[in-house]
Amino acid sequence: MSEKTYKPGNYPDLPPPPGTVGVYGWVRQNLFSSISNSLLTIISVVLLYYLIDGIIGWFFLDAVFDAESKIACRKIDDGACWAVITRRVGQFVYGFYPELERWRIDITFLTMFLAFAPLLYPDIPKRKWLLYFSAFYPFFAFVLIMGGYFGLQKIEYSLFGGFMLTVILGVCGIVCSLPLGILLALGRQSNLTVVRTLSVCFIEFMRGVPLITLLFVASSMLNYFLPPGTNFSILVRVIIMFTFFSAAYIAEVIRGGIQAIPKGQYEAADALGMNYWQKTRFITLPQALKISIPGIVNTFIGLYKDTTLVVVIGLLDPLGIGRAALADTKWNGLSTETYLFVALFFFVSCFAMSRYSLWLENKLNTDKK
Amino acid sequence: MVSNKNKSSKPVIEIKEMHKWFGNFHVLKNISLGVNQGERIVICGPSGSGKSTLIRCINRLEVHQQGDIIVNNVELTGDLKNLETIRSDVGMVFQSFNLFPHLTVLENCTLAPIWVKKLPKKEAEELAMELLTRVKIPEQALKYPGQLSGGQQQRVAIARSLCMQPKIMLFDEPTSALDPEMIKEVLDTMIELAETGMTMLVVTHEMGFAKKVADSVIFMDEGEIIEQNDPKNFFNNPKNDRTKLFLSQILNH
Repeated sequence: MSEKTYKPGNYPDLPPPPGTVGVYGWVRQNLFSSISNSLLTIISVVLLYYLIDGIIGWFFLDAVFDAESKIACRKIDDGACWAVITRRVGQFVYGFYPELERWRIDITFLTMFLAFAPLLYPDIPKRKWLLYFSAFYPFFAFVLIMGGYFGLQKIEYSLFGGFMLTVILGVCGIVCSLPLGILLALGRQSNLTVVRTLSVCFIEFMRGVPLITLLFVASSMLNYFLPPGTNFSILVRVIIMFTFFSAAYIAEVIRGGIQAIPKGQYEAADALGMNYWQKTRFITLPQALKISIPGIVNTFIGLYKDTTLVVVIGLLDPLGIGRAALADTKWNGLSTETYLFVALFFFVSCFAMSRYSLWLENKLNTDKK
Repeated sequence: MVSNKNKSSKPVIEIKEMHKWFGNFHVLKNISLGVNQGERIVICGPSGSGKSTLIRCINRLEVHQQGDIIVNNVELTGDLKNLETIRSDVGMVFQSFNLFPHLTVLENCTLAPIWVKKLPKKEAEELAMELLTRVKIPEQALKYPGQLSGGQQQRVAIARSLCMQPKIMLFDEPTSALDPEMIKEVLDTMIELAETGMTMLVVTHEMGFAKKVADSVIFMDEGEIIEQNDPKNFFNNPKNDRTKLFLSQILNH
């Protein structure tokens, strides 16, 4: 061996041996580390090739993007018949919202990003001004979507449907259930017996009942429980149920986060003379919420997908619209295309939430910055 | 020996016949102790002797069941108003630092002054920087605790307590969780603090620190104060057998 000798304390930092770092090193270690591993790699590549070839063919190359009907589609090519989506995309997006008023939904949807930006990205420029807009946005969105004020045509909620309905239910449910969940989690940890008991009862009841039951209650029975004279639209009732349901789950997720905070944190805060609300705001919640991000987003994604359950009480969510399309004799039998399209919409929304939560976790990780 | 000019005979802490139980376990027995302003007291004793519990009773992190504790002429009771007054006058440094990991070093130091003492943000930051300079880590102000070494974290914890401008400082085994080479930097900080005339109660096994700084050393065992004396007599001339045994165990190795 041609090992050089150095005086003690003078050994230099040497580069790692060749073939252990970089692209070549990665490929060698992960794909071709042994004979069996190399075989698996080759088999997987061949399988993937045939799979992707077939998928791309059906989805794009042999697909028909516009035609009169399913039969017309099949005459052109034998891939997917996306015409069912193309011809009915308006319904998929807006439900039966009047065509001439659909710009109101577009504006509400686009400005929603502006309203969420300062809440989701704390470092955004001019955050303070945007926050005013965020606070004002719910009223703005309500007026614009429902109409009936400022000369806007009033739209019946029964015309709502499609992705628009999903987004309305999902966003309202998510936005309302987080603060309620936080309060319930704090309530469950409270020293005040009444508050704690009420929180526990609420959480256990909401978690113990299927969401579908709650939706039926919302659609048929809630009016019996409310004081006479109050009459919410079914949309509001459904949003309340979604909020309660996921708030119970979020409360439990956050409780886990709160319990993961070391006792020393509270002792330090106590020793500094902080009171309960100061401790909660500056010590407990920032740390508990950070720990709970994956669980909270998990619940949000669940809630968002559960909005499809409203189809059982007669609201036309994307699946309902899809079913209506499939009932049309022209498109009979195109369920694969229809459901894949709806699935793609949900996947994109949920994947975005998931990526955001990863980004936020990384940003809040103060250990390795 | 650090000279002590600020020592006076004005008592700032008075503990009278205090008892505490954890469930059925009698953890503190008939503790009576007076601490004068500017006095530095070191409390030592075997583990489980109740020394940490004793100083944790002084800012009511632990609640005593019998007897009186009077801090700065305010008696410790269940009354929240009294409690907050006392806690903002009594700083505490923990064995495990207990810095807030989601806040920067500077934010750790300014949080309580801004929200508890209602200090303007700018003033609180100036004060914090001054104290971080005193514990010799002003350059770490914008880092997070997780990026600092144990010794640095403990010095931040000391600065954080001092930012509340307390009259009394409690130290609960401040060097026990540190690597040997970091103990000195924390002890040096505490010695400098002692030189400013701060009233200090220190639970520690660092007998060198006790000899150098303490006005009085207390030996506790099984929930009782066994012996209290000035460091010279305490180390050279212990009276109680249990004290002798303890000293022989920690000094002869």
